[in-house]
Amino acid sequence: MTTERPVAVRLRVDPVACDAYGYCAELLPERVTLDQWGYPIVDGRPVDGALVALATRAATECPRRAVHLETVATRDRG
Amino acid sequence: MTMLMSTVTPGRLLPAGGDDGRPASLTRHWATHGPLAIPTGDDPKWRAAMVRAVGESGLVGRGGAGYPTAAKWGASIKARRSMVVVNVMEGEPASAKDRVLVHHAPHLVVEGATVLAAVIGASEIVICVADHHDMDIGPLKAAVAELGRSRGSRPISIERPPAGYVNGEESALVGWLRTSQARPAWRPDKSVPLEVGRRSVLVHNTETVAQLALIARHGATWYRQVGLADAPGSTLVTVTGAVASPGVFEVELGMSLSDILWRAGAGRSLSAVLLGGYGGTWIDASRLDTPFAPGHLASLGATVGAGVVVALPPGSCGVAETARVVRYMAGENAGQCGPCVNGLPALADAMEQLADGRAAPQVLDTIEHLAGTIEGRGACRHPDGVVHLVRSALRVFGADAIEHASGRPCSGHRRQSLLAFPQGRRAGHGS
Repeated sequence: MTTERPVAVRLRVDPVACDAYGYCAELLPERVTLDQWGYPIVDGRPVDGALVALATRAATECPRRAVHLETVATRDRG
Repeated sequence: MTMLMSTVTPGRLLPAGGDDGRPASLTRHWATHGPLAIPTGDDPKWRAAMVRAVGESGLVGRGGAGYPTAAKWGASIKARRSMVVVNVMEGEPASAKDRVLVHHAPHLVVEGATVLAAVIGASEIVICVADHHDMDIGPLKAAVAELGRSRGSRPISIERPPAGYVNGEESALVGWLRTSQARPAWRPDKSVPLEVGRRSVLVHNTETVAQLALIARHGATWYRQVGLADAPGSTLVTVTGAVASPGVFEVELGMSLSDILWRAGAGRSLSAVLLGGYGGTWIDASRLDTPFAPGHLASLGATVGAGVVVALPPGSCGVAETARVVRYMAGENAGQCGPCVNGLPALADAMEQLADGRAAPQVLDTIEHLAGTIEGRGACRHPDGVVHLVRSALRVFGADAIEHASGRPCSGHRRQSLLAFPQGRRAGHGS
């Protein structure tokens, strides 16, 4: 039995802080698209694997610190 | 008052005789309701009995969300330091119940807040009354002074936050107490209590605390003697529009919409009814036999909301009325969240063009697309309420909306607005 736990994260955007820089949509188009005014529309499904690093970048590189990551329990996934 | 209340009905909350011009007084309050003993210090036995009674009563919050009152106390009861805030902001332009309560039954409001403070162990009570010329706080000040001398009283202050549609949203209200900025907060986890300083804050609507003062006296069984098994008690509604006697009425939950309208002197034929508030739901006149209670209204996609009932007469244009509300609500956004700041004015534009019959043929698709883009993307529910209202309008006035979209607006769209808007903020459309 492996003890290695896959990590999955979910993006959440603080709409008050967000100023439509749009970096998150560039970094993670798999989960973030932009509306007609440039504000992110977030798909709440978690990402895992290689996308976790991109989601983390989306959070750290947001100039408004509006992108939050939520770790999701992924026991027995995949 | 912006909205003239010709009728205030007596009942459990409002004194016998209704609005007879006599001021509220402690003598009259005690003659109506009898005395109320609130423990001076911490009394765990009394507290437990109150929590049980309020839970058994089935009381739900009267501010709009309809959340069970006792369930909302959970985190606050465990908090080490806490504060009670009574919400008398009444930002709904078509609602007058809370101002009527603090005017005619201020002692019940003060007592209810004190009961709440004693239950959760709060050392301080703040009553927030919108700073608006419609809000007369004279009787409330007098009641605070009179009851301040009675046993079990807690320190109470009255604050006057600026009036505004979203300013009464509880995180905006608490934000104002903290920073003098009334803006809704993004709260991904609503179970985390709001705080001022290091005190957790419990916010309750005016009518909710007034009901607590009654339950503290008479108990859960008494409370449940009226209303429905799954929606017990009485509640205040504000009925306006095409009615002979607009006003605030105390009704049993479960009374049919048509009976409520009849009490306000509505005519036989109506076109539709707006329920809940300006972020509420249009109901077709064919559904007025529906009981006014959460479960029954849910089948129409509606909620009790803030108890607003507006009667739309035949010949009025529901599309144009809705367009005015959307424009007003767009102007009432807090200036924070992009989808609301940009989306509501765009939605108002599209609704006005539809109402005037000068829209592009695909305007209904545009409106639905905007609605879908805006929904669920604000820190608070303000944009969601507008989207909900617009969708209900396109359902109830669907045939008329198609005519409008084809460049054939009904004659009603030139009528004067039926719906009231606070002075100085009146929506510009159509009048």
